[in-house]
Amino acid sequence: MSDTQQPQPTAPRQSRTPEPVQVVKERRDAALSALVQAVPFAAFMGIRFDRRGDELTALLPWRDALTGNPMLPAMHGGATSAFLEMTAMIELAWSMIWAPVERGEIDAATLTPDTLPRLPKTIDFTVDFLRSGLPRDAYARARVNRSGRRYASVHVEGWQDNRSRLFAQATGHFLMPDPAQLPPQFRRGDTASPAE
Amino acid sequence: MTDLPPPNDPKAASPDAARADRRQDAVAHQFIKALPFAHELGMRIDALDDGRAVVSMPYDQRLVGDPATAVIHGGAVSALIDTTAGAAVMCHPGVATTATLDLRIDYMRPATPGQRITAEAECYHATRNVAFVRARAVDEDTQVPVATAAGTFTVTRGTMGQKDGS
Repeated sequence: MSDTQQPQPTAPRQSRTPEPVQVVKERRDAALSALVQAVPFAAFMGIRFDRRGDELTALLPWRDALTGNPMLPAMHGGATSAFLEMTAMIELAWSMIWAPVERGEIDAATLTPDTLPRLPKTIDFTVDFLRSGLPRDAYARARVNRSGRRYASVHVEGWQDNRSRLFAQATGHFLMPDPAQLPPQFRRGDTASPAE
Repeated sequence: MTDLPPPNDPKAASPDAARADRRQDAVAHQFIKALPFAHELGMRIDALDDGRAVVSMPYDQRLVGDPATAVIHGGAVSALIDTTAGAAVMCHPGVATTATLDLRIDYMRPATPGQRITAEAECYHATRNVAFVRARAVDEDTQVPVATAAGTFTVTRGTMGQKDGS
């Protein structure tokens, strides 16, 4: 997890006075929204993200098109795994952009699919289906357990009515974008602890 | 990529074979109709046989994960593989209903934008309660898979009824 490469921030925030909370929130929400909008499949699935500080909660509102077994009815396993994989990937990308956004090196307003860093690529993804998905809204949170310069390991928990009764969980490995192809502000060795 | 006959193959000579083909068609059609999410992704059953299934999905811009590359999101590929694996279990003899217990997908390479993705799954063993499946997905390049997968599925046994998928 250590890294020898510590480039100086290109445009450190100068002021000592704290920013108004609304400005901070707007900047973070704009960055998150740019990130999610860059992924068409998220919109196709109807997946949204709630944010509290740097913590993301993914939301998959129920609709009949997600049905896998109409007899029960239950959510399609493919919808569940797509939801969890999306949650893992957005969390990972979010952890990559958090620090530069906070330092003010990235103007969230200019974040477009062209200026965002390349997204991580899934190497493998394993889903445990713990109980059948009900025809209700589903939620998921991902935790980046390990994030190096090339590889990351992410765990995701999905639930519906009760936070403690998971309906699915997943673990995936991801290939991080080639550091050489990233804009300078993203070139940090460790992106695992964005909150510091 | 498969030696299974396509469901609409007119070569069926004997009346028995024709009847079997029609039945297979009906099962395949019912199966996708019964799976709104598979329908939503445009999936099509290409073949069903004892414990084997081939399902394909067209390229669709709405399924793109990374607009910079226009490559389909892994989640859409896993939905295809999950459906195919489930179909393979459903048409294993004696299986009445099934649900995914666990599915691991390895992504070998990005699917080529614009190309149809085809998944083939084999239920290579089923006990009273558990079915074991492996699967692979390819695009037009059938040499190197886009993804491979291994999964376990729940099994409910039944000899007859509406879910007679065997």
